[in-house]
Amino acid sequence: MKQKIINETFLFTILAIVMGLLVGAVVIFISGYNPIEAYGLMIKGIFSKPKYIARTIIRATPLILTGLSVAFAFRTGLFNIGAEGQFIIGALTAALLGYFIQLPMILHVPIVFLGSVFIASLWGAMAGYMKAKFGVHEVIATIMLNWIALYTSNYIISLEKVKMPGSESSYDIQETARMSIDWFKGIVGASTKVNFGMVIAVLASILIYYILFKTTLGYELRAVGYNKDAAEYGGIHIKRNIIVSMSIAGALAGAAGAVHVMGVSYRASTLAAMEGYGFNGIAVSLIGNNSPFGVVLSSFLFGGITYGGANMQLLGIPTEVINIVIGSIVFFVAAYRIFQWITIFFNHEKPQKEDR
Amino acid sequence: MDYLKSHIDLNELVIDMRKITKKFGDFVANDCIDLKVYKGEVHALLGENGAGKSTLMNILYGLYTPTNGEIYIKGKKVDIKNPNVAIHHGIGMVHQHFMLIKPFTVAENIILGIEPITSFYQLNMKKAIEDVEEISKKYGLYVDPRAKIEDISVSMQQRVEILKALYRGAEILILDEPTAVLTPQEIKELIQIMRNLTKQGKSILLITHKLKEIKEAADFCTIIRRGKKIDMVEVSKIDENQLAAMMVGREVNFKVHKEEKRPGKVILQIKELTVEDNRGISTVKDLNLTVQAGEVLGIAGVDGNGQTELIEAITGLRKAKSGQILIKDYDITNKTPREVFESGISNIPEDRQKHGLVLDFTVYENMILENFRKKPFSKKFKLQKENIINFSKKLIEEFDIRPKDENNLARSLSGGNQQKVIIAREVTNDPELLIAVQPTRGLDVGAIEFVHKSLVDQRNKNKAVLLVSFELDEIMSVSDRIAVIYEGKIVGIVDAKKTTENELGLMMAGGGYK
Repeated sequence: MKQKIINETFLFTILAIVMGLLVGAVVIFISGYNPIEAYGLMIKGIFSKPKYIARTIIRATPLILTGLSVAFAFRTGLFNIGAEGQFIIGALTAALLGYFIQLPMILHVPIVFLGSVFIASLWGAMAGYMKAKFGVHEVIATIMLNWIALYTSNYIISLEKVKMPGSESSYDIQETARMSIDWFKGIVGASTKVNFGMVIAVLASILIYYILFKTTLGYELRAVGYNKDAAEYGGIHIKRNIIVSMSIAGALAGAAGAVHVMGVSYRASTLAAMEGYGFNGIAVSLIGNNSPFGVVLSSFLFGGITYGGANMQLLGIPTEVINIVIGSIVFFVAAYRIFQWITIFFNHEKPQKEDR
Repeated sequence: MDYLKSHIDLNELVIDMRKITKKFGDFVANDCIDLKVYKGEVHALLGENGAGKSTLMNILYGLYTPTNGEIYIKGKKVDIKNPNVAIHHGIGMVHQHFMLIKPFTVAENIILGIEPITSFYQLNMKKAIEDVEEISKKYGLYVDPRAKIEDISVSMQQRVEILKALYRGAEILILDEPTAVLTPQEIKELIQIMRNLTKQGKSILLITHKLKEIKEAADFCTIIRRGKKIDMVEVSKIDENQLAAMMVGREVNFKVHKEEKRPGKVILQIKELTVEDNRGISTVKDLNLTVQAGEVLGIAGVDGNGQTELIEAITGLRKAKSGQILIKDYDITNKTPREVFESGISNIPEDRQKHGLVLDFTVYENMILENFRKKPFSKKFKLQKENIINFSKKLIEEFDIRPKDENNLARSLSGGNQQKVIIAREVTNDPELLIAVQPTRGLDVGAIEFVHKSLVDQRNKNKAVLLVSFELDEIMSVSDRIAVIYEGKIVGIVDAKKTTENELGLMMAGGGYK
């Protein structure tokens, strides 16, 4: 029974993706280009060279972590819009710790990574605390915290000791704080910043799966997410769970920021607007059915379409069209979920099958 | 035709469902069922939970399409594709779980979707309220149109549901388990309301498994069991035992068997307890009560006299303003739910779907809701799935929870089986005090028998049981002592064997004496 539902979900998600691609094709066609050619270029842009595959993976890495962040919170009944801000805080902390501390690599990398994750988890916990203590809805709290994170980061980067002269960024982090995989660069070229981020992301998804479904903590969190009244009746401390859940969500999004700085950008930059890693995490989580492994798959899809899709520009297709394709996929997946929720709603009235 | 209670017109058939079959995959929920309802009739549809009553009604209301069969409304063949079509044909449904928007007012809920408007396309709230007042007067269904749903009692909410259907011009009303939430007086009122409605030519389809009410209110009764129609009978020509046997398929024992027992030492002691509700009004005032080992203490009273706040205060969900709650001399006043639970109190909550179960959890996950941190269900932080599964399998067997599969979601179980999951879990804690609030609400005869037996078993094991119920029959048959609660005070405690329904009814209405 359970297996059947999973397969059905998977099937419909694939269907939604196909529908999204078809709508995208129509848009490309209306814009005056050949959709088959365009999608061909997209696929080539993902798979034709090892370099491209590597870059798609690099693109997908932070999305896995922010997607996990949103999915985890969602499983526990919270809507984490704040992955973006948590990402920024993680990235900022990584840039600072990576530049200011001098240590051998074996210590430096874990300290920078764990430090960033820790600070970001506090950032996430703040929203949880506000909800638990004052009843501030987490959506409001996290949206506000996103802006606070953005401008805090911009301010700190603008400080004299942090900002690299002649740039809009912080100084590059020390070599000892970078988590690149150098021997791999021989295969895919030095400009492709292959790093350990993907390993971390996949491990994180396994860890999150384990926490959610195999531990007492996960049991508690899910119980609160599904029905906080029954959870409270059963003696579960709801407020503490809200804070714990948001701090884990913050840690995951912060890890995304840290991985991005330590593996790809090596620095944090002043931003005019948010980059969207956190917001894309919401879409990734939705497409991945809020499941830890679904998130990994949907991140690859997302990474593939955004990275490979850029190749469509060779035909002169504007990036806006590529975004429309992604938007359509998200739309159809969301529409399917709505359909699913309606079914669940009516299942409520279904006959009970005890007499079988 | 004076043996018929309503204003029935045997010449006009308003509903004629012929050979209705509904399959869900391999499962046949309705198997070739016929249902005939006359104009002005109260027609009871009797069957256990899961017998297929709801499915049949959902077909009539357009929520499901039948696999086979035909429906005629007033002699015309109809195809009820969705509830709008049903409403168009004059069918109104009052669901067991109310479909109301809680922050909206009564009037706003009733007019929802067909709001009266002014000539400037604005919502005409004044007219809405007048309309509601008018129909509520016409059918004797008093409600305050300006009150918010979340502030009114369950029985009031039910009236709103009925008014909602009437406002949409319903000629045929489907009432799904309408008395499950009502006090004896309210049930009488509802039956009177049904009479008023049939007098005005409405027909009522009453889904229920309460035999007494069928005897009192219905003209004809269609009995279904396991998806099949067993019979259609004239209610005045049959007795309750025969009805029960047809429904369950075996003889049912109505009497709760209790062995003689002398109550032991005091387990629960409540001293001068005052509790406030959400609005800050003291709904429990200086209440004193004791429950002893080896007895069932029943709290009788009309809904809203402080029962909810009293139980919430005992279980730690609500702070007591003053007073003391002791369990075996251990003070549990204002402790957390967890501490209360650890002190030896288990609870079968009133709203099993809201408080008792996590509906989207599997049965086995629900079985450990209070004990998941303990051995053998978890070791340090890791859940021990195998032990949990084995434990659940044992309980499913022992408490006859159907279907016998611990992997089912709690949501997919019938009400009776959901309640069995809760009872299995709570009784297995072997608590010093078992609290049960409305434990048989919405359950069928077979399940009620089971619940009552479980409560009495606890008592026989020399444990204390505190039963809160709005159903006098239940209170009287299960309890040893009965405490009547009125406006937050215990107005009298009587011996269950010696009291009468009249005496209790009088005290429940405030005419108490010590």
